[in-house]
Amino acid sequence: MVYLTRVEHFNAAHKLFNPQWSREKNEAVFGKCANENWHGHNYELYVTIKGAPDPDTGFVLDVKKLSGIIKAHVLEKVDHLNLNEDVDFMRGKMCSTENLAVAIWEQLEAFLPHEVQLHAVKLYETPSIFVEYYGR
Amino acid sequence: MNKKVAVFRRERFNAAHRLYNPRWDDATNFRVFGKCSNPHYHGHNYELEVKVTGEPQADTGFVMDMKVLSDLVQQHVVERFDHKNLNLDTAEFKELNPTAEHIAMVIYDLLRPHINKAHDMQVRLYETPRNFVEYPA
Repeated sequence: MVYLTRVEHFNAAHKLFNPQWSREKNEAVFGKCANENWHGHNYELYVTIKGAPDPDTGFVLDVKKLSGIIKAHVLEKVDHLNLNEDVDFMRGKMCSTENLAVAIWEQLEAFLPHEVQLHAVKLYETPSIFVEYYGR
Repeated sequence: MNKKVAVFRRERFNAAHRLYNPRWDDATNFRVFGKCSNPHYHGHNYELEVKVTGEPQADTGFVMDMKVLSDLVQQHVVERFDHKNLNLDTAEFKELNPTAEHIAMVIYDLLRPHINKAHDMQVRLYETPRNFVEYPA
């Protein structure tokens, strides 16, 4: 079994705001991340898949293919957009880095070829904050 | 003999923005600025480097106390822009398109009055790890 990782990046606006809470409570819990008019990040996304290298190519998966899947099912839906307002797969969810990583996993899992498995989604919100998700 | 030394302080802020010229229609904005003009904004982790150049003082050995420089950047830049929407939440970009170029120029103007006149100052602003600007050039 070999693990193969592709790194991608996207830039997006968001805010942390629970619509069931008052503005005061949101500010108490989320601080400046609850700023009404949004703020934003350069997100760095690490997608790791695992599988056996194909005997003919030596590849777990052609990394260009992996990149194409990430672009089509994640980047085109989030890059230069507002995570709270514009992204179908985040609708009704809190736009935390944790939830975003889980949602990205769910976006990718269905589109990967059967010969490989998704192993990890690692998502950097800033250079000093990141989350990892390994599936259920 | 030139005894000048450059000292740098790096700070960060995270902000939303969009590139939009209000004198153009949406189609022209989109043609020129692409997805950077998306109406619901996007955002960046901005990295700011402030460079101050001068001769180290005889008594301290410092060009400038870095703690003082850090506090100035926090007070005049980070508190103003961090976790804000540059277009909507800041006076500086009510009329001015918040490109990296303009943000660097605004930051320079905010900090310059607080830096010793005998020292040179320059700001470098990273909008992404791959896109950055310097002012003055």
